[in-house]
Amino acid sequence: MTTPIDVLYKKKLQAIDRIYNKTYFSDKIIYVGMASCEIAAGSKEIMEIFKDAVKKGTIMTYVTQRGCVGLCSVEPTVDIVEKGKMSVRYINVNAEVAKKIIEEHLKKGQIVKEHAYFGAKEKSIVICQGAFCLNSENQRIIEAFKENIENNNLKDKVEICFSGCLGMCNEGPIVIVYPDNIAYTKLKAEDVKLIVERHLIEGKPVEELNILKNGKPRFIKVFGTIDKFYKQKRIVLRNCGLIDPENIDEYLAVRGYESLAKVLTYMTPQQVIEEVKKSGLRGRGGAGYPTGIKWELTAKESSDEKFVICNADEGDPGAFMDRSTIEGDPHSIIEGMIIGGYAIGSNKGIIYIRAEYPLAVERLNIALEQAKKEGFLGENILGSGFSFDIEIRLGAGAFVCGEETALIHSIEGHRGMPRPRPPYPSVKGLFDKPTLVNNVETWANIPVIIISGSEWFSEIGTKRSKGTKVFALAGKVKNTGLIEVPMGTTLREIVYEIGGGILNDKKFKAVQTGGPSGGCLAEEHLDTPVDYESLVSAGSIMGSGGMIVIDEESCMVAVAKFFLEFTQDESCGKCTPCREGTKRMLEILTRIVEGKGQEGDIEKLERLGDMIKKASLCGLGQSAPNPVLSTIKNFREEYEEHIKNKKCRARFCTNLLTYEITDNCTGCTACKKVCPVEAISGSPKQKHLINQQICIKCGACWRVCRFNAISRS
Amino acid sequence: MENLDSVDLEKMKILKDYLKNFKDKPRVESNLITILHKVQDIFGYLDRSALEEVAETIQVPTSHIWGVATFYHYFKLKKPGKHIISVCLGTACYIKGADEIIAKLKEELKTDVGGVSPDGLFSLEEARCLGACSLAPVVMIDGKVYGNLTPQSVTQIIKEYKSKHK
Ligand SMILES: Cc1cc2nc3c(=O)[nH]c(=O)nc-3n(C[C@H](O)[C@H](O)[C@H](O)COP(=O)(O)O)c2cc1C
Ligand code: FES
Repeated sequence: MTTPIDVLYKKKLQAIDRIYNKTYFSDKIIYVGMASCEIAAGSKEIMEIFKDAVKKGTIMTYVTQRGCVGLCSVEPTVDIVEKGKMSVRYINVNAEVAKKIIEEHLKKGQIVKEHAYFGAKEKSIVICQGAFCLNSENQRIIEAFKENIENNNLKDKVEICFSGCLGMCNEGPIVIVYPDNIAYTKLKAEDVKLIVERHLIEGKPVEELNILKNGKPRFIKVFGTIDKFYKQKRIVLRNCGLIDPENIDEYLAVRGYESLAKVLTYMTPQQVIEEVKKSGLRGRGGAGYPTGIKWELTAKESSDEKFVICNADEGDPGAFMDRSTIEGDPHSIIEGMIIGGYAIGSNKGIIYIRAEYPLAVERLNIALEQAKKEGFLGENILGSGFSFDIEIRLGAGAFVCGEETALIHSIEGHRGMPRPRPPYPSVKGLFDKPTLVNNVETWANIPVIIISGSEWFSEIGTKRSKGTKVFALAGKVKNTGLIEVPMGTTLREIVYEIGGGILNDKKFKAVQTGGPSGGCLAEEHLDTPVDYESLVSAGSIMGSGGMIVIDEESCMVAVAKFFLEFTQDESCGKCTPCREGTKRMLEILTRIVEGKGQEGDIEKLERLGDMIKKASLCGLGQSAPNPVLSTIKNFREEYEEHIKNKKCRARFCTNLLTYEITDNCTGCTACKKVCPVEAISGSPKQKHLINQQICIKCGACWRVCRFNAISRS
Repeated sequence: MENLDSVDLEKMKILKDYLKNFKDKPRVESNLITILHKVQDIFGYLDRSALEEVAETIQVPTSHIWGVATFYHYFKLKKPGKHIISVCLGTACYIKGADEIIAKLKEELKTDVGGVSPDGLFSLEEARCLGACSLAPVVMIDGKVYGNLTPQSVTQIIKEYKSKHK
C-alpha cells in the first residue's frame, strides 16, 4: 500500500527534477531579494536589469527571487549561486552595481569585490546550519573554527559562512571548504584543528576524515557570515532567504511537507499533541502559553466542527517578523496548520492577516493554490483520508484584532471587540465552535519539531523557554534587520554582537521589547537573557518580537507617550478603564512633555496605570500602561527633570528647549528669514537676537544655521 | 442612486457581479469585511450607495455595516485625493524623526492627517510601520516607499508630484 510518506517522496523527487530542468542550461542562479523591505529599497528595478540581460541573451543564467535574509540595513541584496563554487552575496546593489555584476562576474567570472558581502575571500568554510543539523556538536564546530582561524591569523584569508539545509541530513554535521569544494561529513569538533592546519594552511585535504571530494555538485545556498550569524540560530527562518517562496518545488526540496506526511503515516493525533507538548514550545504571539496544552484542550472538546486559526495580524508598530516569515516561507505555516488540524480534529483553517501586507497575502494565495494542486490541502490529503482546507481573511487595521477573541469577532464580520475569557476559544471560539489560535511563528516551528523530534527542540533554549525567538531589530542600532536567536541569548549579545552596537557610536539608553504592551529596559538590564520569565521580571515582556534600540538622543517620557498614544487610539472603547484611563494618562504625559507637568504627576500615572492594568477587559488595556510604568521605574529621573526643572536631557521635547544665538553669528540673516513668527531681530552682518517671548521653539533657525551659531539647551 | 455618473455605474456593475459569489453562501454575513475590502478596491473608498447594495445582497442592516466600517482604520469613508501619502509613524520611524516629516507635510499640503489637500491632489494619512524600518523615517506615496527622509527632501518629493499635474 502506498502511504502518505511514499507519495511525498515521489513528489519530492519530481520537484527536484523540475528544479534541475529549469536550471539545466545554466551553471549559475541569480537570487534577488524580494521581500517588502528589499522592494522598498529598490530590488524590483535590480530584478528587471538581470531579467533584461537574460532576455537579450547577454547572460545565460537563471534569475529568481527569495525572501528576506535579515540584512535590512544593506539592502537590496543579490546572490550569485554557482554549482560547485562558493556563492557570492552582493549588498547595497543599485542599478550601476547590477550592471557591473553582469559585466564582470557573470560574463568574466571576476567578483565585484567592493560590493561582496561574502564569497570574495581566498577560502571559505561553509557550515550547514539547516534546522536539522543544528545541534550542540554543530555549535562546538563553529566555535572551534572561529578559534583556530583566529589563532592562526587567517581572518583576512578565510571566512566562515553558514548555509541552509544541504539535503544531507543523515551526514551532519557537514562542512564544505571552497574553492576546493571538499565536504567533511559527520565531522567532530576535535577534528577542526586538523582541517585548519592541514587543509587551510598547507592546502592538503584531510583524507583520513569522512570526506567527499567534489563535495556537492549542486547549488549550495549560503545565508550569512559568522559576524552576524554566530549568535543566531535559524529554525523558524530556516528557509527564509534561501528558497523561492513562490515555488513549492523549492520547499519540497528542503524537506517541505515531510512532517505532514510523517504525521499522516505514522502518528495518531494524540501522539502529535504529545510531541508538541514535550517540545516545550510556547506561543510566540506574546503571552507564551504552552502550545501543546492548548492543542490538547481544543482536541478534547467534542463538536461537529472545529477551526484552526493562524494569527498574522502583527500589530506591534515596529515589528515585521511574521510578515517576513510569510513572505519568505509561506508553506511552513501552511504545513504547521494542517498538522494542527489533524491533531485537534479540524478540517478548516483560517489565516487572519493584515491588509497592510499585500505581498505576504499574495504569496500566501500562491502557496495555498500550489499546496492544493499538489494534494497537501483539500480532500483526502496524500491518500490518508484526512481533509483540510485553508482560507485567508484580511484584517482592516485595528490593533485590538490581534487579541484572539477580537480576531474571532472580526472573522465573523463584526467590529473587532474582545470579550471576557473564559470561555477560551479552545472551548467556544469562531462561530462558537472549539478553535485553536496560534501565532505565525508558533506555526512555523511545528514542522521542524515533528521532523527532528521534541527532544532535539527542547535542547535549545532555557529551562522554561524552548527553541528560538525571531526579533525585528530596529532603531538606533548599526545592523537593523530580522534576527533569530536561541532563547537565553542576552540583550547585550543582541544589541552589541548581532546589532553591531549603537549607530554613530552614541550612548545606549534603552531597549524596548514587546511594543505597545511591553517596556523599556535600561543599561543595567542588558545581561537579561531573552526568555519569557526573565524579561517579565526585568520589567518588560517577550512580546511578539519587536525590539527597538533607543540611544541618548531619545527622551524616555516621549517614547512612553508615543506608545500610549498608540494604545489610546487603538482602544476599542468597550471597557471604561482602558477607554478613559489611557486618555487621562495621555493627558498627564502630554503636559509633562510640554513643560506643564505638576508635582505628583508621576504618582498619578502610577496609580492610574495600576488601576487600568487590573480592571481592563482584554490584554490591550491590561498591558497598555506598561511602557509608561516601565519607563517610570527605569528612568524616573527623566520624568522628574521634565516636571521640576522643565528640562529634557535628550533635547527631544521641543517645548522644553531654549534657542539662543551665540557669538558665532555672522549676521547672514538666514535664521531671521525662516522664523515663522518673526521672533528674530538683527540687521545684516550683525549678531541676531531671539525674542524668547515670541519664540515657539520650532527649531527652524537651528536647522538652517550654517555657522553653528544657535545653541539649543 | 440618481446622481451616479457613468464611471460610478460601471463600478457598481463590477460590485454587483462580485456580490453574486456570496448569494447563497453559508454564514454569508461573516464575509462582510472581505466585501468591504472589495468595495474599497473598486471605488477607492466606501461609497454610500455601494454599501446599500451590499446590505441588500447579504441581508445585513446598513447600520451594522456602518458600525463595522467605522471601527476599522483601513476603511476610508471619504473620497481620497489623487495621490495617497502615508507617513509611517511606527516606532522606528518615530525614533528617527517622523514627527518633523509629518509636520512638514501638513504645512505643505495644508491639511491635517486624514484630510485631503485643498487642490484635491493629496490625501494625508498615517501608517503604523510600513515594514521598511531600516530606511526610517519613511513615507509611502501611492505604494512607492521613500526612505531616509528629511523635511527638505520630502518637500522636494511633493514638488515633483505637484509638477506632474501642471
Ligand atoms: C492587544 C493584543 C494584541 C495582540 N496582537 C497579536 C498579534 O498581532 N499577533 C499574535 O499572534 N498574537 C497577538 N496577540 C495574542 C493573541 O491574543 C493570542 O494570544 C495569540 O495569537 C495566541 O497564539 P500563540 O499561543 O501561538 O502565541 C495579541 C493580544 C493582545 C491582547
Ligand atoms: S517604523 Fe516605519 S517602517 Fe517600520
